[in-house]
Amino acid sequence: MKRLLLALALVAAPLRADSDLPPSRWANEQLPDPRQEAAATKLMQELRCLVCQGQAIGDSDAELAGDMRALVRERIARGESPEAVRRWLIERYGAWVSYRPPLDPVSWPLWAAPIGLLALGAWLLRGRFRRRA
Amino acid sequence: MSRTRFIPLLIFTLIVAAVAWRLAVPRDDRVASKLAGQQLPAFTLPPALPGKPGLSSSDFTSGSPRLLNVFASWCVPCAAEAPVLLDLKRRGVAIDAIAIRDRPEDVAAFLARHGDPFERIGSDSRSQVQIALGSSGVPESFVVDGRGVIRAQHIGPIMPHDVAGIMQTLEAAK
Repeated sequence: MKRLLLALALVAAPLRADSDLPPSRWANEQLPDPRQEAAATKLMQELRCLVCQGQAIGDSDAELAGDMRALVRERIARGESPEAVRRWLIERYGAWVSYRPPLDPVSWPLWAAPIGLLALGAWLLRGRFRRRA
Repeated sequence: MSRTRFIPLLIFTLIVAAVAWRLAVPRDDRVASKLAGQQLPAFTLPPALPGKPGLSSSDFTSGSPRLLNVFASWCVPCAAEAPVLLDLKRRGVAIDAIAIRDRPEDVAAFLARHGDPFERIGSDSRSQVQIALGSSGVPESFVVDGRGVIRAQHIGPIMPHDVAGIMQTLEAAK
């Protein structure tokens, strides 16, 4: 019985959570202009996938990530700057969608922490150097 | 020494407490649209199936609030939500829909099986309007007032216990 269930589990199709439609054209196709493609690819690495939240849309196989890549490529091909596309997405999904956090009241500890830790390290080392000298 | 001896134990206890807290209160990983309170972005979508009009943002400036449902025939929670949408329609709610990445025959089969509470259905075959709305999945619903302003967003299927809240938001949007 157990073996039968195991065999069934192996052949069972997983529950579908994706559509049947093929990916958008510009989801996986590079732009003809290499400079625009480089700008689009760079931006895709800095935008968060909304479905698989730890990944950038450039790395994700999720359908929505593919449609977001298409959106990025199409807007950049139309002449929009990467920062304008990023701003447009932040207006909709919040600063969370960008992997480059802005400096604001919530995120300032993130930016201040490295400086604070460097200062702490310098302060701890100061005593050691003085003793050796 | 006697006092510093307990520092590792203290740190360990703090870590255990932090982990226990996050296990008890899981992080809310829903991404809310920032467009709540703002004008619906301009869009025009072709009909998702023959015999029913498509959807554009100008359909939401008729003067009375409407519910905008973002769904797909391939989405399982959307099927779970369908009877509740029919119930909302019976209560007099005007509901329009956007079908994400769908084929006309699949939408027709879904509506035949689960009922059709929608007045208009626009087809968003490349999720572009979904992204413009700040929506990150299916199903999602937006309460839009008579001037086309998004009053509220509901993420995930509308369940029977959500109906009272949705009705209240629609009433407030009048």
